[in-house]
Amino acid sequence: MKFKAINKKMLRLLAVLVPLLLLFFYVALRSGPLASVPVTVVAVEKRAITPVLSGIGTLEARYTYRIGSIASGRVKQLSVDVGDMVKAGQVVGEIDPVDLDEHLSAQRSAIKRAEAGVLLAEAQLRDAKAKQAFTASQEKRYGLLLKAQAASAELVETKHQEAEIARASASAAEAGINAARQELASVKAEYQGMVKQRHNLLLVAPNDGVVTSRDAEPGNTVLAGQTVIEMIDPKSLWVAVRFDQLQSAGLKAALPAEVRLRSQSGKSFPASVLRVEPLADRVTEEILAKVVFNVLPEPLPPVGELCEVIVQLTPLQSVPVVPNASVHRVDGELGVWVVDGSALRFAPVRIGATDHAGNIQVLEGLQSGDRVVVYSKSTLRAGSRITIIKNNGKGTLL
Amino acid sequence: MISLAGRDILHGWVRFLMTGFGLGLLIGVTLSMAGIYRGMVDDANVLIDNSGADLWVVQQGTLGPYAEPSSLYDDSYRSILGMAGVARAANVTYLTMQVRHGGGDVRAMVVGVVPGGPGEPGQPGFLVAGRHLTGGRYEAVADVKAGCALGDTIIIRRNRFRVVGLTRRMVSSGGDPMLFIPLKDAQEAQFLKDNDMLLQQRRRTALNPLFNRPGVPGLLDAVIASQTTSVYVNAVLVQLKPGYAPEAVAKDIQRWQRLQVYTRPQMRTILVDKLIATSAKQIGMFLVILSIVSAAIVAFIIYTMTMAKIREIAVLKLIGTRNRVIASMILQQAVGLGAIGFVVGKIAATLWSPFFPRYVLLEPGDAIRGFIIVMVISVLASILAITAALKVDPAEAIGG
Repeated sequence: MKFKAINKKMLRLLAVLVPLLLLFFYVALRSGPLASVPVTVVAVEKRAITPVLSGIGTLEARYTYRIGSIASGRVKQLSVDVGDMVKAGQVVGEIDPVDLDEHLSAQRSAIKRAEAGVLLAEAQLRDAKAKQAFTASQEKRYGLLLKAQAASAELVETKHQEAEIARASASAAEAGINAARQELASVKAEYQGMVKQRHNLLLVAPNDGVVTSRDAEPGNTVLAGQTVIEMIDPKSLWVAVRFDQLQSAGLKAALPAEVRLRSQSGKSFPASVLRVEPLADRVTEEILAKVVFNVLPEPLPPVGELCEVIVQLTPLQSVPVVPNASVHRVDGELGVWVVDGSALRFAPVRIGATDHAGNIQVLEGLQSGDRVVVYSKSTLRAGSRITIIKNNGKGTLL
Repeated sequence: MISLAGRDILHGWVRFLMTGFGLGLLIGVTLSMAGIYRGMVDDANVLIDNSGADLWVVQQGTLGPYAEPSSLYDDSYRSILGMAGVARAANVTYLTMQVRHGGGDVRAMVVGVVPGGPGEPGQPGFLVAGRHLTGGRYEAVADVKAGCALGDTIIIRRNRFRVVGLTRRMVSSGGDPMLFIPLKDAQEAQFLKDNDMLLQQRRRTALNPLFNRPGVPGLLDAVIASQTTSVYVNAVLVQLKPGYAPEAVAKDIQRWQRLQVYTRPQMRTILVDKLIATSAKQIGMFLVILSIVSAAIVAFIIYTMTMAKIREIAVLKLIGTRNRVIASMILQQAVGLGAIGFVVGKIAATLWSPFFPRYVLLEPGDAIRGFIIVMVISVLASILAITAALKVDPAEAIGG
């Protein structure tokens, strides 16, 4: 009876101690160096990947017009403000002409005086011509009278001299007309010149566009060449984009691209590469390119906005492809962990291009169908015990 | 042969087990404390291992990117690449900061890496989900400790980053999860000032008559543009070609590039002996105290357990039981109690270690050491109890 009671207590004690021991061995095996590493594997498959290039840029206007005066002066008035649409030829402002208008009216008077001068010269010519005609007929008449000896030779010579004088003064009057006309032309040309100068003081839009900045106000003094109004052609918006030189092999004009504006996250605008700049940035180690929208976004985004640009490069030929998460560097060598049955083997590989989704080309070292480790819960070493976990669709270990 | 100890344990088996469990929890705490200390050192070590570097090139006269701020021009790596023995060199920036994520913020070490592909220095060694950075801007690979999921958006300074990959055990020496982002974004995050500051700086520059002269249009713009450049990195990580001694290459770089270079052992010394020294010593001190307290409690428990049976022992002596039998009974009970305590402690420490915010590394070596110490303490405590038990006067059994 007593023995039985003890036996019962013994069983109860064992019922507690045995599970405790089992649990102890379980936790000893589950943690620490004896534990196996959970991994996911994927079969290598041959696939053509399309590498993409991602860069960052700002929205710029291809044509920026900086309108300023060619002469130093004071701004008289500005008729546009930032954001205004302007037409080609529209006067957007004016530099104070100071005394140019007075000079102009003086010049107008000078023209009138020159015109009067021409009229005067013409009248003088007519007078001279009349005198010339009269003296010529007198000379002729006295010539005949001399032949008939009805007049003295002295008188005839006098008449001849008068006729000569009248001819000379007619010539002089003609020359005078020419001079007066030239004078008129010169004064007129001078006037034209002044009108042009006056016109130059007007600030005129060279193209249709929108005013982006107003750098001076009426009353400000501006230097020759200083910008007063800056405007852009909104239809010429493009993205000045920078790509890291590391991955920019294959970037060329006409490749399709996507532009994401910082202000409109989640939305992308189709675009294409217009050109790759022949000069790269030495300091930032970036390649510069220009990307144009296929269709301009509506409403127009502000110039200077930050954009992300993703360029699709030409698809590469089909080779074995693995996720980039499976590539590791072990002892200075790049490779992947290949699963042979349940054993782990490190296979050195030579890798090629990579695409945006993280697929990487394996040029050497793997065959399609090989099973490689993608994710692991800790760093793998040769001889690590692994437990292969099913990909749960999302391709994660967690 | 009846086991006296076994019979006695069976007599009060519930109390014995309870005492064992209590002792076990105490041993578990001690083991965890050792694990916390090991985890701290391990955090420093993984920081070194994860960077994948053989050499760290930092600003002259500074203690590397982890223990001290360091900044060097981001084109220094080019001349380093030209040195003999250098296989790969990559810029890297480290910045511990609050990263906004999902309404709250997380303390993280933001690592700016050159997105040169897997296996390049600075890149996370392995992933548990997603992919590595592929060169796009505003992408991030986060440690799972940061609490991000794939596709989440995190905000660093003024930029939004999309989490494209998750990794594990990538922590700073302070235990903060790492967040890998492209170098250029990280440079911005580290060196770019906030918008208000930029505006104020611009205004200040504009008010300075030196930079805003009326006769020189464009000077102000040029000065402002020159103020917002960020061409610095914290360190250059270098991987060596096989067959080159790290010390020799380090010496060459130090001599010709006029920069400070640390090898792996040196970096380990900096991190373990300098950076986490005080906090590790703090934990270590606590561990020592906890061990002493545990030992004392084990000793007292066994002593009081024996003292509680002193009347029975007196009876045993009265009926002529040999001292050896009594001593072995006490010893067996003590060792049994110690064994149960250790098993329970080890299980408890393993089960609750994942819930610690920082990494707890339970090393098998520590467990074995712990087991030996528990056994030694049990034996020592039982000797105390045995001497007390043998001194008891058999007359107490009847006199009591």
